[in-house]
Amino acid sequence: MIIEPRLVITMAVICLVGIGIYGLLITRNLIKVIVALQILVKGAILALVLAAELQGQIQLGQSMALTLIVADTIVAVVGLALGLQVRRRVGSLDLRDLSKLKG
Amino acid sequence: MLEVVVAGGMIFCAVLAIRSSHLLQSAIWLAGSSAFTAILLYLMGAPQIAVIELSVGAGLVTVLFVFAINITGEDASTVLPSIPRPVAWAAVVLAIAAFAWMVLPGQQPALTEAGPAVFTSVLWKDRAVDMVLQVALIFAGVLGILTLLGGHEDTGEVAGGAHDH
Repeated sequence: MIIEPRLVITMAVICLVGIGIYGLLITRNLIKVIVALQILVKGAILALVLAAELQGQIQLGQSMALTLIVADTIVAVVGLALGLQVRRRVGSLDLRDLSKLKG
Repeated sequence: MLEVVVAGGMIFCAVLAIRSSHLLQSAIWLAGSSAFTAILLYLMGAPQIAVIELSVGAGLVTVLFVFAINITGEDASTVLPSIPRPVAWAAVVLAIAAFAWMVLPGQQPALTEAGPAVFTSVLWKDRAVDMVLQVALIFAGVLGILTLLGGHEDTGEVAGGAHDH
């Protein structure tokens, strides 16, 4: 049985999106949230390139994926910086501790 | 067949990145997932973005993660899940079902003929606004890095100074 590569990639995209959403829902650690977000965005990048390939406009898909990679990296950088400052000031990376802050 | 192996490796690494209890291991598995994603992108005929994903996703982001984890350390208090696992699984299944409903039944459309395009031409001419946005984002990232590296003076010193008076 020959499995079509596009079907494999579609299934991989679905799995990555599912893993990313699960990670976002289940984790309380700020750094782990960023890891889950990275996985989710990898699925989105693959989906973009796959869609572009199906439409025969792979270069357009690549340029859009580049924008997504840059944005994703900046999100990771800013998120890690935020996590670092939260750890310094609150003493924990737990998201629940953040929601308990007052004032 | 190669796509199946690479996609399997990518999903395996992604699962371990989420399930790993140590943050450092999680970052390493994420890097593995990025590497497999880059291979998959190359197999799909997108070599430029594959190289960028490999260098940025598996390289730069991993270095940043390891650096940040070394500073913050492991936080054992966050092992417990934030919501009950069955609820999370239900949400994931719902999301996947909605996504698959949009993607799978329609069958993938046939290839449409498009004129030959060069990556640099599309990037710099057709999507020039995106490039401006990326420059702005990179400056935001620089500010984030500055925050990551600096800001050692915490509120404790301020509080200590207040006690002196």
